[in-house]
Amino acid sequence: MPNIKELEEFATQVRRDIVRMVHAVNSGHPGGSLGCVEFFTALYKDVMCYSTDFKMDGKGEDLFFLSNGHISPVYYSVLARSGFFPVSELATFRLINTRLQGHPTTHEGLPGVRIASGSLGQGMSVAIGAAQAKKLNNDDSIVYSLHGDGELQEGQNWEAIMYAAGKNVDNLISTIDYNGQQIDGATKDVLPMGDLKAKFEAFGWDVLEVEKGNDIEAVIAGLKEAKSRTGKGKPVCILLHTVMGNGVDFMMHTHAWHGKAPNDEQLALALEQNPETLGDY
Amino acid sequence: MKKYTYTEKQDTRSGFGAGLAELGRTNPNVVALCADLIGSLKMEKFIEENPERFFQIGIAEANMMGIAAGLTIGGKIPFTGTFANFSTGRVYDQIRQSIAYSNKNVKICASHAGLTLGEDGATHQILEDIGLMKMLPGMTVINTCDYNQTKAATIAIADHQGPVYLRFGRPKVPIFTDADQKFEIGKAVQLTEGTDVTIVATGHLVWEALQASEALEEKGISAEVINIHTIKPLDKNAILKSVKKTGCIVTAEEHNYLGGLGESVARVLSENLPTPQEFIATHDTFGESGTPEQLMEKYGLNSSAIVKAVTKVLERK
Repeated sequence: MPNIKELEEFATQVRRDIVRMVHAVNSGHPGGSLGCVEFFTALYKDVMCYSTDFKMDGKGEDLFFLSNGHISPVYYSVLARSGFFPVSELATFRLINTRLQGHPTTHEGLPGVRIASGSLGQGMSVAIGAAQAKKLNNDDSIVYSLHGDGELQEGQNWEAIMYAAGKNVDNLISTIDYNGQQIDGATKDVLPMGDLKAKFEAFGWDVLEVEKGNDIEAVIAGLKEAKSRTGKGKPVCILLHTVMGNGVDFMMHTHAWHGKAPNDEQLALALEQNPETLGDY
Repeated sequence: MKKYTYTEKQDTRSGFGAGLAELGRTNPNVVALCADLIGSLKMEKFIEENPERFFQIGIAEANMMGIAAGLTIGGKIPFTGTFANFSTGRVYDQIRQSIAYSNKNVKICASHAGLTLGEDGATHQILEDIGLMKMLPGMTVINTCDYNQTKAATIAIADHQGPVYLRFGRPKVPIFTDADQKFEIGKAVQLTEGTDVTIVATGHLVWEALQASEALEEKGISAEVINIHTIKPLDKNAILKSVKKTGCIVTAEEHNYLGGLGESVARVLSENLPTPQEFIATHDTFGESGTPEQLMEKYGLNSSAIVKAVTKVLERK
């Protein structure tokens, strides 16, 4: 069993990193990043098997693909604090000549990243390809991917959702960050997407819902349950109910902090709510 | 002047199919993907011999490009197959982000390029694809001229690390290059020696350029014909060396003159050796239905059009 207290301390430090990184360059996407802290923590600190001696082909390792690349702050913080690159490099986020580009990319060779993302809707196709390659290589590890709920408005996702089920890509676990928010407002107001669970099931996926997507124990349990359902002929979808901006009270339950940085006062408040645990970068 | 003849006509897409089949036998990392156009792309042999290495994606080209990018991560060398229109314009952002910017080793193989697709008309003909692909950083762009060259190019690009756009076509055209040729990416092939004019051609226009050079010889005009199968990276030394001797140039391609081979050549010349140039290409227009021959005649993409362009460029020397 993982030490939940340690994971929660890790998550608190990641939240500090996110707001500090975004504040430092007065740009970036804190809301979705904060909402997915527990997911990333569970994935990288407990669920996935991987090596920090990064190799692009990742043979014999579980792989993760971030499709909604704008939540790069949480991705970078967790990669750094999991040992892929120095934590001090978080200070270069979005600065000229950085490996920590606004949206994740392989272009500058950042360890841990295997595909560029940011232009939405492309990550599930890539994850499917990587999963198919694993099957060809007789590699029974798992491919994970994360997608925004609003991102599902991009049509390419539905090509990928149809394909993954139709071709029995059952070594794939795609998680939807189900926070109900997007840039212009609530997803139900921008473009209602209906019953996502029923839609994935109708396409032939095995779907499970994690109601407490910001509770580390619940997220770990959900990911492990999803893993137990792989290899059974169906791709697995997790509908992860999260709160955008989780852990910083004035950023929660609103789309307002999707792509906005806190000012000095707001940063101080956010950090007060998330005291330093592992040491700031 | 060296004369070129042929005994057989064959479609360049069949050269792709033959090259892919050979790769299936020689390179275990090569995999193929198709978006519901197996027969049109001549991929049957590869599929018959390597069913486990073939991915039928269905009519979903965006998904195909993403899956291809993902397959490279497991060390595979994916060859995607669909029409040129659906290989480029339809999926530009997928190629841009998931393949080019991510530097994935995907080979985008595109048939039915240009007007010679014929009767299906402008929705399926594309005259903008070379421009779209050559603007992407890191993308290699190849347009082959006959069956043998397409087969050789298909085999050669598997050994090249990085994304490639390989463009070929539908109609049966003369086979005039060697069956055992060595295909060097980025290396122009000089087909005839001449002193009065340089004709640089790509794809189906290479044979037309050779026909034109024979007609010009009868008029006492000596044309140097260069086969530029690789538009990016462009063999600028071959072009500059030739125009230093001839002093004028005609470029010929089955593509819009905006964004095509002709513009790439014009840039090289303007930077190094400003030279009179005429463009055999479509002029900012869509295509239409018709037979390939009718369309190439109507849009000025054949040997007689090249002869006229040479006459004009010689006057500008």
